Amino acid sequence: MKQYIKKYYYGDYGEGKNGAADISTSGSSKQEWPLWEVFIRSKQGLDHKHVGSLHAADAQMAIENARDVYTRRNEGISIWVVESKYIHASNPDEAEALYDPANDKAYRHPTFYDLPDELTHI
Amino acid sequence: MEKNLEVLFQEKIDKEIRIEPKDWMPEKYRQTLIRQISQHAHSEIVGMLPEGNWITRAPNLRRKAILLAKVQDEAGHGLYLYSAAETLGISRDEMYEQLHSGKAKYSSIFNYPTLSWADMGAIGWLVDGAAIMNQVPLCRTSYGPYARAMVRVCKEESFHQRQGFEILLTLSRGNEAQRRMAQDAINRWWWPSIMMFGPKDDESPNTIQSMKWKIKRFTNDELRQKFVDICAEQIKILNLTIPDPDLKWNEERGHYDFGAINWDEFWQVIAGNGPCNKQRLDARKKAWEEGKWVRDAASAYAAKRAVRKEVKVA
Ligand SMILES: [Fe+2]
Ligand SMILES: [Fe+2]
Repeated sequence: MKQYIKKYYYGDYGEGKNGAADISTSGSSKQEWPLWEVFIRSKQGLDHKHVGSLHAADAQMAIENARDVYTRRNEGISIWVVESKYIHASNPDEAEALYDPANDKAYRHPTFYDLPDELTHI
Repeated sequence: MEKNLEVLFQEKIDKEIRIEPKDWMPEKYRQTLIRQISQHAHSEIVGMLPEGNWITRAPNLRRKAILLAKVQDEAGHGLYLYSAAETLGISRDEMYEQLHSGKAKYSSIFNYPTLSWADMGAIGWLVDGAAIMNQVPLCRTSYGPYARAMVRVCKEESFHQRQGFEILLTLSRGNEAQRRMAQDAINRWWWPSIMMFGPKDDESPNTIQSMKWKIKRFTNDELRQKFVDICAEQIKILNLTIPDPDLKWNEERGHYDFGAINWDEFWQVIAGNGPCNKQRLDARKKAWEEGKWVRDAASAYAAKRAVRKEVKVA
């Protein structure tokens, strides 16, 4: 399983004289507040949906920040936050094998069945 | 193998399949996006400064509440974009560092001063207008997190432009001094606004690759022309003028012709020699440094609470 957030350090960020690599070793990211993924239920009866991420020192602050960043126009009635490091994801490189078992099972779909047109309410 | 991946990648792009953070992508694609998205984020954040200047001096409570909401939206835009860039593997602190050290660029427009209240109108109408013109096609950009951030941004931008036009409209219907103030603001913001679309196509070598990867959907010149065409019509409602004697409808082209852009000024501002470059960066650095104790305190508090929780559990 891959980690959701990977780190890449670039030497040639462009524009300036120096690359960015010297910055990433300055230790500043150690003090960075952790990253949180934000999920919002837009209205009662709907699922929470991923809307983006943000940095916060703890869960409570993450929820308060999510309110300010992602719901300034009544976009939600409920917020979930989860620290990004706890998200585990399937590997896109293995997608073919992972979803393969479903590919040859057309009979799972209602359109697979050829029934007379007279048959209604089914 | 590597070549094969690149071919597959381009096929996905051609089929309008969005690229997501964990998908394979050419290193150059990743770098181009990091640069573009972080510059975009920096622009939103620095973009708060010229308008922030007028929040306490807005002419009435209605205008003040609106301006405050607009500036708060720009902070939100910066945050959506920073987190989109982070999915590509750069950290937030690195991006801040690049901004504060002057290594990263942001939109040249925010290095101009806001001298009168009418500037809030001109910025909303022209600067947000130009930004929208750039941003709408980015809602379909090939990188998923960037496209999704832009959808959110675009939804919020339209009020920004409308409130700006409303400010100018009100002034244009006011007394002579107010009309002059509005015209003066348009005179100062027009050229920097059309420079916002970036260098001419033949001087913008990255455009071809960015179009091929569908990071960009239109060239700088195409977007600039669209913007000029729209503004040339809208100004009529204000009964004011666009400060370009060469602005003229061209029947044959079906577009407005416009005068030569002072590219020397553009490159000077980009290089850090605009009227407010130093002031803007100093303000950002000051905010970052003076906010340090808040960030540290929040981290310390979170750590303390986590320990207390652990003790309880045990
Ligand atoms: Fe914005
Ligand atoms: Fe805006």
